[in-house]
Amino acid sequence: MPVTPATSRAAVPSFGISFDSVERRFGSFVALRGISLQILSGEFVALLGANGAGKTTLLRIAALLASPTRGKVRFTAGQGSGDCSSIAEAKKLTGMVGHSTLLYDELTAAENLTLFAQLYGLDGISVRVANSLQSCGLGSRAASLVRTFSRGMRQRLAIARALLHQPRLFLLDEPAAGLDRQGLVWLGETLEALRKDGCTVLMSTHARNESLDLAARAVVLDGGMVKQDSGSGGDPRPVLAALRADT
Amino acid sequence: MSTARAAAILLAKELRLEFRTRELLSATIVFAMVIVVLFSFAFDPTAAESRRYGPGLLWISFLFAGSLMLNPSFAREQANDTLDALRMAPISPFAILSAKMLANFIFMSLVELVLVPVFGVLYNVSLAGVAGRLILVLALGTIGLTVTGTVFSAISSHARMRELLLPLLLLPILTPLLIGAVEATASLLLDRPELDRTWVALLAGFDIVFLTASWLLCDYLIEE
Repeated sequence: MPVTPATSRAAVPSFGISFDSVERRFGSFVALRGISLQILSGEFVALLGANGAGKTTLLRIAALLASPTRGKVRFTAGQGSGDCSSIAEAKKLTGMVGHSTLLYDELTAAENLTLFAQLYGLDGISVRVANSLQSCGLGSRAASLVRTFSRGMRQRLAIARALLHQPRLFLLDEPAAGLDRQGLVWLGETLEALRKDGCTVLMSTHARNESLDLAARAVVLDGGMVKQDSGSGGDPRPVLAALRADT
Repeated sequence: MSTARAAAILLAKELRLEFRTRELLSATIVFAMVIVVLFSFAFDPTAAESRRYGPGLLWISFLFAGSLMLNPSFAREQANDTLDALRMAPISPFAILSAKMLANFIFMSLVELVLVPVFGVLYNVSLAGVAGRLILVLALGTIGLTVTGTVFSAISSHARMRELLLPLLLLPILTPLLIGAVEATASLLLDRPELDRTWVALLAGFDIVFLTASWLLCDYLIEE
């Protein structure tokens, strides 16, 4: 069962994100070299590329976890017509699944979700947490410490945590890592529900992930630059097919 | 969400994590106790010597224990990058920092609650008559120690040799606090105890300066 919001957030408009000549350096290493990319509200974008291409760095900048060394990032409402009112507003509506689970091992699954529900100022927390755990298949393990979970269970909980506040911009960094067959199906259903709900999705993944078929746009990074972009409204399938043939 | 509300939520999380694992608190109490006992064996002080040197030994024990306890404060957020999750939440960075400071203050106060009576017994110092004033000095000193220590824990958490770096950064900065706390405590152990307001003012000033600095710099302290 996909993670479905207790109350649909379709009424809350999604927002896009615009990278304008974004460069990011780590000492002398240049991770991103002048990336310019406009992701429209409601777009489902697959971010592809080899290890070290800059996908994670770009996602961290989008999540406001890192600042660009040069260039600008803007959160755009609607079809790029205006900016989000504030960083706090953007944070409220952004969710991220990262390389790490972003969960406390010594808290239970329910405690982890409750903590973040409180920090996002959500209402009806106990019902929301119970529904979320049920949706990701961990309802029976609500009271178990996260450290007792398998990698796949942690990843499911990490995804549920990131979706708890019903984000309108959802960032995923290799979300299929550790998921078994059943977990991958659940992830696909969850992403499909988000796409239908009009949520903007930016997902970094490899070419064999089946969730890629949901993508309306494919962007390939190489050496910190955009190598290929099927563009908004374009057909991502040739890009994806070429990558699949390569791997 | 207000900073106070977010800090309260995060403080509850810090307390729950620590009281569930008890790894930090129990290790710190044992460590501090060992220092006080070793000092007692090493110097075997008379009652007069205890009144003279005891406050220094007590506060050095607190400082060593604090530098041990404060180190994991931010470092343990790195296990699953949970600090990233907190930074992504729509809360003030000062809420994250102040929750850590409050938690460390509570933990350090618990360490002192155990250690001070042991110190009184081992060093043959009567503290009953000055308990209220001693609590004031301990509270002011502990605020300074935990505020400064939490800030430096945030700074050193990304460093490779953070276990070594924190005491190296922290202990010199705490020198004025150590002097003030030792002198204020010593004034309470005299034959006619009287709280020295100068040293209390120094402690309060230290706390205000570092608390204000941490509030002003919290964005930089919490960021990547």
